[in-house]
Amino acid sequence: MSVPKENIRNFSIIAHIDHGKSTLADRLLELTDSVAKRDMQSQLLDNMDLERERGITIKAHAVKLNYKAKDGQEYELNLIDTPGHVDFNYEVSRSLAACDGAVLIIDASQGVEAQTLANTYLALDHDLELVPVINKIDLPAADPDRVAAEVEDIIGLDCSVAPRVSAKTGENIEQVLERIVQDIPAPTADKNLPLRALIFDSVYDSYRGVIVYVRVMDGKIKAGDTMRMMATGAQFTVVEVGYMRATSLEPANELTAGEVGYITASIKTVGDARVGDTVTTAENPASEPLPGYRKVNPMVFCGIYPADGADYESLRDALEKLQLNDAALSYEPETSGALGFGFRCGFLGLLHLEIIQERLEREYNLDLVTTVPSVIYKIHLSDGSIVEIDNPTNYPDPGLITACEEPMTNAHIYAPSDYVGAVMDLCQDRRGVFKDMSYITNGRVDIHYELPLNEIIYDFFDTLKSRTRGYASFDYEISDYQPSKLVKLDVLLNGDIIDALSFIIHSDKAYGRARKIAEKLKDNIPRQMFEIPIQIAIGGKVIARETVKAMRKDVLAKCYGGDITRKKKLLEKQKEGKKRMRQFGTVEVPQEAFMAVLKLDDES
Amino acid sequence: MMRADAPGLYIHVPFCHSKCPYCDFYSFTADEKTKDEYTASIIKNIIIWQESVKNGFSTVYFGGGTPSQLGSSRLAEIIKTIKKQPLCEVTVECNPCDLSEGWSDSDIALLKDAGVNRISMGMQSAIDKERKTLGRRAGRAEIEKAVRMIKDGGIDNFSLDLMLGIPFQTTDSIKESIAFCAESGAKHVSSYLLKIEQGTPFEKVEKLLDLPDEDGCCEMYLTACEELEKHGYKQYEISNFAREGFESRHNLIYWDCREYLGIGAAAHSFFGGKRFYYPDDAAAFMGGAKPVDDGEGGSFEEYVMLRLRLTEGLTNEGCKSRFGFEIPTKLVDKSTVFEKNGLLVSDKKGIRLTPEGFLVSNSIIAELLD
Repeated sequence: MSVPKENIRNFSIIAHIDHGKSTLADRLLELTDSVAKRDMQSQLLDNMDLERERGITIKAHAVKLNYKAKDGQEYELNLIDTPGHVDFNYEVSRSLAACDGAVLIIDASQGVEAQTLANTYLALDHDLELVPVINKIDLPAADPDRVAAEVEDIIGLDCSVAPRVSAKTGENIEQVLERIVQDIPAPTADKNLPLRALIFDSVYDSYRGVIVYVRVMDGKIKAGDTMRMMATGAQFTVVEVGYMRATSLEPANELTAGEVGYITASIKTVGDARVGDTVTTAENPASEPLPGYRKVNPMVFCGIYPADGADYESLRDALEKLQLNDAALSYEPETSGALGFGFRCGFLGLLHLEIIQERLEREYNLDLVTTVPSVIYKIHLSDGSIVEIDNPTNYPDPGLITACEEPMTNAHIYAPSDYVGAVMDLCQDRRGVFKDMSYITNGRVDIHYELPLNEIIYDFFDTLKSRTRGYASFDYEISDYQPSKLVKLDVLLNGDIIDALSFIIHSDKAYGRARKIAEKLKDNIPRQMFEIPIQIAIGGKVIARETVKAMRKDVLAKCYGGDITRKKKLLEKQKEGKKRMRQFGTVEVPQEAFMAVLKLDDES
Repeated sequence: MMRADAPGLYIHVPFCHSKCPYCDFYSFTADEKTKDEYTASIIKNIIIWQESVKNGFSTVYFGGGTPSQLGSSRLAEIIKTIKKQPLCEVTVECNPCDLSEGWSDSDIALLKDAGVNRISMGMQSAIDKERKTLGRRAGRAEIEKAVRMIKDGGIDNFSLDLMLGIPFQTTDSIKESIAFCAESGAKHVSSYLLKIEQGTPFEKVEKLLDLPDEDGCCEMYLTACEELEKHGYKQYEISNFAREGFESRHNLIYWDCREYLGIGAAAHSFFGGKRFYYPDDAAAFMGGAKPVDDGEGGSFEEYVMLRLRLTEGLTNEGCKSRFGFEIPTKLVDKSTVFEKNGLLVSDKKGIRLTPEGFLVSNSIIAELLD
């Protein structure tokens, strides 16, 4: 059962993407017999198929492990997993706030990367004790000595006792557990104070409602208490409290200060149990919430439409369900002349967007058309007012605009020094302003740029990877708004503006982008019965044009007795194909064309 | 156009001397024993099936493969078994070389006596260079000889196949091939655009073949249509042209969505309202394999799809007599945009495609039926 507070360790694992966080978590679960062998599957904490496939953690997870250490004592280790992508930075910070220490994994062949540093700084911000672990020593390219020296140099962490492990083969994993027990402090906690519990995650369950994951900082909570969310003010009667086990929830009589556990209280949406909020009780409320709460705001927006208008209701239901579990996702209905009824959705970043889109398509079996993503622009109008625009459709008449502002980011790119030129070229292309550059080690540099957010939401990371052969890593945070020269580009097919393809762009880039879009559309719109002019315009002025020639011939097969059913099937397929097209007046545009415009790469 | 309620009979002969590099039909080279056994199986099946055909078949068509590979006596033996209506059209597809090299006048006489009154020959092109790239054995001389044998044997009604969009071909060489058809006295010409089929040798070397592009193919097709008309061959289907009264009655059964029985490996049937077929496996067929169900036949959609292949098109009269209603307004409305672009003609008789429309018939039909 419960162990004394001195024997509790609350920790998380932090790492750069692909350095082996989930695999190490798997090994820890195995070694502490937290999972029956038959339930063991690779990357157990990554519940969603998507997480397993992409090798990233989208949601935080937590699990309680029991460990009998070499000193003969029983310990309770609470592992709080963190999302592994900058889009989810805030969630990471809340998970870390729930911990007293962190295991920092560094890949024995790759060394310190962008998110290694970013996560380390986040952890240090929260005064966490760091336990460095050098992973992947089984790799041929592994050089643990070099990497250990790198960690000591760059981060200033003593690596003399750092376990050198292979999470893949299981080698030396018990050393990690011993270091957690010895180096990470027990929680300092007083269960006699009024309750303050930090929400670091919440999950919607269709039977219990929202399951709130908390770290109890002060006081205690049990079933029957009235819990109050200090930021939102929402109140619920606690139904159950308990601990997270690897594959199930384990009810308990109460959760007390220092512990990590869950609370259920028939809460309907995760919006009522926001990550970062403080739980107290109505009976004995705390006077001050825990520090650090903020409501996460979407940064990137796009329109999501059902490919088949008849699926509108299904799309709305699906978004509603996803939002139950994802307070950072926003959506509201919008209408497009081209695409019909759909939703304007807001995301934390492009990865978040892609994940939601993929989940909608996969888990809800929807065919979607997505519009070009946009950030929020601040537009100053001649009447002195300022409007915030995240949808090109709402872009004001250029005659009324006096000034524009766009969001900027502070971006750090870590790359081998051979690629400095390539990285700087790319950042320059993306309107970056060079800030500074420092050598992390002999061969690696940290290049610091100020980059407009709208330049990195398209394909910045992919391009960076391809220009540096995958060696560069990247991290950014939003800084501020700065004045910018913006224009709105419209795409016209057969003379009609396709509102769903309009977007806002810096004026210096308008011509180049317009030409590329015109070419891409020409390549992706199949020849149709009639000629289709493609025009890209700013206001009334056409700045690029192409033409899709009329189709003159489709497959002219003979059709005798044996061909008729085959022909019928072909006809069905052809009709099916039409369904995947969007009809604009007389022009049919396949979804691929939308995707092509969205994924304009800058190579060529 | 001839009308007949009696079904047609299709007999598939899956034997070829060798396989042409563009062909994906089911065929193989067979020895004499196999040919005998196959003939016996065909006859056995005809006897069983035709019990349910009251007044006999209106047409008989031997297709392949290469039916002439069976030899005249086996063909005659089969034909004699068939219950035929008076004036029954009996067509045999022949390879020109089988005739010019292997057959004598008596073989043609044997066929004629058995009732064969139409022969279709795979010429593909009158230009030897073009024929060679298609892997065809015969040269122009062999074709001329085969034509002479057919005509001397008293079978005037013969058809030549012409292929368009093949290596080395030009619009001029197409005109030359068409002139050859006319001079030879052919009553009917089928003219197809080469289609690269999956799994054929042509598919593997497609890039090397230097085939005409989309516009080039269209030009060839339209040239052929025009040139054939000029020589008195009236277009009646996307790929078929004939002198007045010499349209293939058997093939019209397909395009008019009427019933036919198909016997032999890989032969398809539309019979008793059902579509079904024998698998493309001669051994299985000879072993008594039953046909495979291929769903219902004769729906309105199917009828529209097939009728729009014909120059006569979809007619109000035809729809009315067959389905009890005229061409639905929705369909007529959808056709206006195509009419504006010269792809289709719509009037009080009905809807029909122009040669330019035939080139995009799949898309138009899909649009009209959607």
